[in-house]
Amino acid sequence: MSNKPDLSYRGVMARKNEIMKQAVGLDYGQFELGGLAFDYEAMMGQAAYSLEEVRQIQAETGVGETPLLELRNLARLARLSAPPGKGARIFVKDEACNPSGSFKARRASVSCYQAAKLGYPGVIAATSGNYGAAVASQAAMRGLACIIVQELYDSRGLSQPEIMEKGRACEAYGAEVVQLSVGPELFYHFLVLLEETGYFNASLYTPFGIAGIETLGFETAEQARRLTGRDPAAVLITHAGGGNVTGTARGLLKAGCLDTAVIGASVDLSGLHMASDRDFNRKSFTTGHTGFGVPFATWPDRVDVPRNAARPLRYLDRYVTVTQGEVFYMTELLAQLEGLERGPAGNTSLAAAFAVARELDRDEILVVQETEYTGAGKHPSAQLSFARTQGVAVRRGNPVENKPGEAIVIPEHPGQVAVQELALEGLKRSYLKKARADKNGAPLSPVEKRYLAAELNSTEQYVEGYFREES
Amino acid sequence: MTQASKGDWIQIFKVILEPGERAPGLPPETAAVPLTMKVKGFLVEDSAAPGDTVTIRTVTGRTVLGELIAVNPLYEIDFGRPQPELLEIGVEARRLLKKEAAPR
Repeated sequence: MSNKPDLSYRGVMARKNEIMKQAVGLDYGQFELGGLAFDYEAMMGQAAYSLEEVRQIQAETGVGETPLLELRNLARLARLSAPPGKGARIFVKDEACNPSGSFKARRASVSCYQAAKLGYPGVIAATSGNYGAAVASQAAMRGLACIIVQELYDSRGLSQPEIMEKGRACEAYGAEVVQLSVGPELFYHFLVLLEETGYFNASLYTPFGIAGIETLGFETAEQARRLTGRDPAAVLITHAGGGNVTGTARGLLKAGCLDTAVIGASVDLSGLHMASDRDFNRKSFTTGHTGFGVPFATWPDRVDVPRNAARPLRYLDRYVTVTQGEVFYMTELLAQLEGLERGPAGNTSLAAAFAVARELDRDEILVVQETEYTGAGKHPSAQLSFARTQGVAVRRGNPVENKPGEAIVIPEHPGQVAVQELALEGLKRSYLKKARADKNGAPLSPVEKRYLAAELNSTEQYVEGYFREES
Repeated sequence: MTQASKGDWIQIFKVILEPGERAPGLPPETAAVPLTMKVKGFLVEDSAAPGDTVTIRTVTGRTVLGELIAVNPLYEIDFGRPQPELLEIGVEARRLLKKEAAPR
């Protein structure tokens, strides 16, 4: 018999908890309350850092304090198709000014600080998004080795241009980039690498990652008050894994923005399967879409840590979707009318904001809380050129004709940019359905009832009602 | 494709999981193909040709074994072609704003 660990899929997955515990340096067991429940606030309070500490950590590596810019021309354009007296002022937090070009630097900063403090030799993150470059950049500043694991290409070897660019950026910051074909077993290989290297798991979903985003919400509130003398009526947040919503909302609450509506926005990719080798290259957005937004909201603990610190249903007041074509349209308008070449994926919430602004009064403040850098591969012209080679039609028309994977329809007029509501009620019921399956007929304890109510930003009566109704 | 010499920056390919070893519950088109990996690093052997099984040392110092598929691979990303569907958006929007600003 050899002493080598069993590296088969089953063998590694069976050691998951052990590997994770080593790789995060955090005993999640201390926060468990029995059954479904765990003490979320204790986890955020004890494991992570205070807002003031996070600000200091981020100042050390040049993260945050990004400008809040007013988009006057876009607001004027929105008012042309708004009812009389409507059309809020629109501001954008220019997160592309962070060291690695996106808000993800905030998320990576605390993890890399923690990894260095605990003496880990390096960090690993599993991501095909901007988070890879963020971790690589922060790791470089903290003197840590870095490995980024990407899902990059299909079985034909064809790659999403946006992910190729993100891989290039990681290499530019000195990271090793491990590139995989399509499939959720990326997580399996990620575990193999954690075990092999003993590096820190710079997961997107630790308390460190989420605490890092709280400063984004806090700064947004401070800057909006300084520039306009009032709190934002709404903050629009691109929603995928839930961290952006959770961290920003917590930061807004810490700043005392109790009446600010937290609105999540995702690109509608309904009909495309996220684990499909065929669908993989038929989408033009690799994040910020419903393929992540819905499952991560309805069951947050499906991630690479035992308990996810990103819990969006606790914070969302509203969740809307926009189409790929509308986001490309707004990306073009942002460059042409406001002189900001950004995105496109980071402009998902901007497209939603353009529509939501028409619902609000003219003196109200609406904040889009991120931009991201653009470049070769990421840019709309690169994305649309690639989409055409994959048989996706690109044309002008009414955005309601968008069909994910088949047609990208660019609006003909700003008045056509609209949001579709994705009812939170449906997501909450989906969450409870999973919880009910996990209980497998056993009754909920009082602690679990309280926990589920908090998870859904609802009441114990609501939770009880669902369980009664479904039994 | 060119030969590689010791220390050259190369890319290797490796099958991580054969179709039968993959996770349960995958869509059929994904389950039917292997999970594969590409990694770049410096060639450890004295020389090698595409198709050879080689060792690399990655930038983090790991050694990984796999099939040599590219020597100093190109970053195949660009800005694509200007898109006709996007070219007029700015012109249209400026026209709308100008019309709004004009005295009635």
